[in-house]
Amino acid sequence: MRDRDFDHPEVVLCKDGPMLLRGATSVQDADGTVHPVQRPVVALCRCEKSSRLPWCDGTHKVIPKA
Amino acid sequence: MRVPKPRGALSQWLGARLTGTGTAGTAPAADSPEDEAIALWTLHELSYRGFEDADDRAEWDPEVLHVRHGLEVALEDRLRQRWADAAPADLPAEVPAALAALVDADDGPSLATYVRREADRDQVLELLRQRSVYHLKESDPSAFVVPRLPVRAKAALMELQYDEYGDGDPNRLHAHLFARGLEAVGLRPEYGAYVDDAITENLEMNNAGSLFGLHRRLRGAAMGHLAAFEMTSSIPSRKMVQGLERLEMGGPMAAYYDEHVEADAIHEQLAAHDICGTLAEDEPDQAADILFGAWTCLDVEARFATAVLRSWGVSPQ
Repeated sequence: MRDRDFDHPEVVLCKDGPMLLRGATSVQDADGTVHPVQRPVVALCRCEKSSRLPWCDGTHKVIPKA
Repeated sequence: MRVPKPRGALSQWLGARLTGTGTAGTAPAADSPEDEAIALWTLHELSYRGFEDADDRAEWDPEVLHVRHGLEVALEDRLRQRWADAAPADLPAEVPAALAALVDADDGPSLATYVRREADRDQVLELLRQRSVYHLKESDPSAFVVPRLPVRAKAALMELQYDEYGDGDPNRLHAHLFARGLEAVGLRPEYGAYVDDAITENLEMNNAGSLFGLHRRLRGAAMGHLAAFEMTSSIPSRKMVQGLERLEMGGPMAAYYDEHVEADAIHEQLAAHDICGTLAEDEPDQAADILFGAWTCLDVEARFATAVLRSWGVSPQ
């Protein structure tokens, strides 16, 4: 039997959206601040427009798509 | 919680039946949409937490179920007719893309936008009382769906629900955060405290979510509803935080909405792709109901928002 029947990546890049990260216990932002993680999955901002970096806050949806 | 106050002949009959205080006999027809909505809300509640003054066995009492069935058929027919009248013809074939298209096309009025800049304290308190009907049982309708899903969608729904229910920490359970918020702004935090104040549109919105969650047949609609809810939560939650802070109502209630800015930015991805996308791949006959459920979520919220704004003398935008 196969070890894994399904893809379940730790890192998922969402089209026109954030990066999902599974299983992290802390994330260091661009300023060097370390943020503890309490969730099984977090969404990291990739558009740099979030009001709460490093986390996604959905702002990418109001940015015109390239 | 006690059985809600009657709003017409049917809810009067039902209250008496559940509390064992009335005469038996056949249920009368509902007097009004409001009577119908509170009756169905009450019947669904028997499957959540129940009522301290009702017989718990009523949940599976055939005569009571007969009434519930009639009300559910009428509600589902109404919701499906609205969807049939409004469904866009050119939705993308892939379910996640179709969900995004439905959400993008949603032009319902936004209560959060009004709260952000204009609502006064009394209006916000009124909105929180209305919202408490759902938020104090937040995510519970979706929880009924877990055993009814194939493997990938089931795992993804649990990944999402685990976060909704506080990641194992009762202090962070979303419904509990809302109860803390209610208390902090001077409202009653008990489960069901404001059901008697719920307007018809709010009851219908809650009834639609319970209808989808409680019927295995409607699992696709339940997951579509969840996806649309999560996909329209982050940005409005941020506006709620800004409005609450503007009115100096920050603290635990703002913290509740603040949690949803971050959590729902994750959940919307999980719901659209990992839950609804894989469900549609594994059970293609569910795709149509996923979109029906998603659109219904947006539609009942629009109807609720329109009614609330009108009651405040505001023209819905």
